[in-house]
Amino acid sequence: MSAEVITFSLLNGTLYGMLLFLLASGLTLIFSMMGVLNFAHASFFMLGAYFGYEISGIVGFFPALIIAPVLVGLFGALIERYGLRRVHKFGHLGELLFTIGVAFVIEEAIQMIWGRSPMDYQVPEALNFTAFEIFGTGYPAFRLFMLIMSVAIFAGLALLLTRTRVGLIVKASLTHPEMVSMLGHDVPLVFMSVFGVGSALAGVAGVIGGPILITQPSMAAALGPILFVIVVVGGLGSLAGAFIASLLVGFIQTFAVAIDLSVADVFGLIGVTQPPAALGALVSDIWNVSVSQVGPVIPYLLLVVMLIFRPMGLIGKRA
Amino acid sequence: MKPELNITAETLLSVRGLQAWYGKSHILHGVDLDVKRGEIVSLLGRNGAGRSTLLKAIMGAVTTKGEVQFGGQSLGGQKPHRIAHAGIGYVPENRDVFPDLTVRENLILGLKPKGEGRWSMEDIFDLFPVLRTRAETNAGSLSGGEQQMLTICRTLIGDPDLIMVDEPTEGLAPKMVAAVGELLERIAAKGVSILLVEQKLVIALDISHRLYVMGHGEIVFEGTPTGLMNAPEVRAEWLEV
Repeated sequence: MSAEVITFSLLNGTLYGMLLFLLASGLTLIFSMMGVLNFAHASFFMLGAYFGYEISGIVGFFPALIIAPVLVGLFGALIERYGLRRVHKFGHLGELLFTIGVAFVIEEAIQMIWGRSPMDYQVPEALNFTAFEIFGTGYPAFRLFMLIMSVAIFAGLALLLTRTRVGLIVKASLTHPEMVSMLGHDVPLVFMSVFGVGSALAGVAGVIGGPILITQPSMAAALGPILFVIVVVGGLGSLAGAFIASLLVGFIQTFAVAIDLSVADVFGLIGVTQPPAALGALVSDIWNVSVSQVGPVIPYLLLVVMLIFRPMGLIGKRA
Repeated sequence: MKPELNITAETLLSVRGLQAWYGKSHILHGVDLDVKRGEIVSLLGRNGAGRSTLLKAIMGAVTTKGEVQFGGQSLGGQKPHRIAHAGIGYVPENRDVFPDLTVRENLILGLKPKGEGRWSMEDIFDLFPVLRTRAETNAGSLSGGEQQMLTICRTLIGDPDLIMVDEPTEGLAPKMVAAVGELLERIAAKGVSILLVEQKLVIALDISHRLYVMGHGEIVFEGTPTGLMNAPEVRAEWLEV
């Protein structure tokens, strides 16, 4: 692998990882609070992309970058207030099914309104230039912008949670909701806000990820499973774990695409150029499969390995 | 010694005919109870008599029927955080500190959002200096007694007019038990009323102005410490094991 490939993979891996973290952070906060995974989280991301597309067509990209996430956040808060909170008394299964239902409804609604084809959601003109050149190849300014946005939001979220009274209330409510309410804090309001902010973060990811990842009705279904990998690998309910796992999955996916190594190459190093015939057709099938071809599967492999050997995740406390 | 009580003091908390349920089980069967401003009132009784449930019922944490008035305002059907805002502080029996937050952060969570109360962070640290020296350590690493002090102080810093404390001396070393008793008296000296659930008769007799004895979800005795001392039959039937 050349230095060029490594540099670009590092940049893109960090970018993709940080984008994933925008989603995973909200998902993990909501998980800590509800005790169930929100299956509609990737759908909020998709809503962000569509709202971003639609609103930037009217008022331009940068106002849309604020308006669309606010709308998605409000939508999320309403879902919590009038949906999840009522379903809560029927237990975790009810909540889980409810979020799956919401995901379907959002996907269908999007298809009804915008159709099945991808939207023409383009990188805004103001950011459509080359930010810098390395190894003779330009790096798009929009990608750099995405990276800066994600890092800024990460820093903001970390500061909010660790340095403010609001952050303390959220942290304490996750583990001791009853006690926190006895101290005079409106815990249901806290939960609704966390849900809203988590949804809004997914909305931000949608607005900035839409032009790069293709805004289409299947984008939620494509991203959702990867999010669950991140949240489980990082450790359910752990923000730090979600951060590490987001970057890990980001790097795995970008590096895997760049690695053109196959089983044949590995054995070629020790002089074996043909699969032993005795091992049959199965081995000869995988003989020439390269790492880049199995790249999309690697995160799920990681998930399986993690669940076998460390079910609580990298940093999580519960299995 | 307990602070002198002004006998003409107004009634702060008034509970009438309070019933409470845990799911389907009926725990309180119509309780009447009063706490005056600045008064220390103890709730005695065996385990399961309904004392802790009474505190939770006043706090709005269980299903109830009946009348709870506080400072002349009805609290019936209010949510716990509203009841806390009205001026009732509750210290649960299980020492519910937030173990992953520091001592200072625990106290910040109890702090009254607006305005100055009777107690500043410094007052709290003066009241119990160990909390100052351990302000930046995680509350989970404090000893049982220190955690108890922290939960009381965390509620106190929210400036309640009435503080309800559930079994604060449970499982504490004798020296710590005395310290808790002393702390409660200093709280009352600032004009805060105290409703104390206590197993240790000695403490209750020593610091209370008035006592209630509960049995089977009802009040079975109401009177002064002297009154209870002169009623051996009450002690035998409802308190002694």
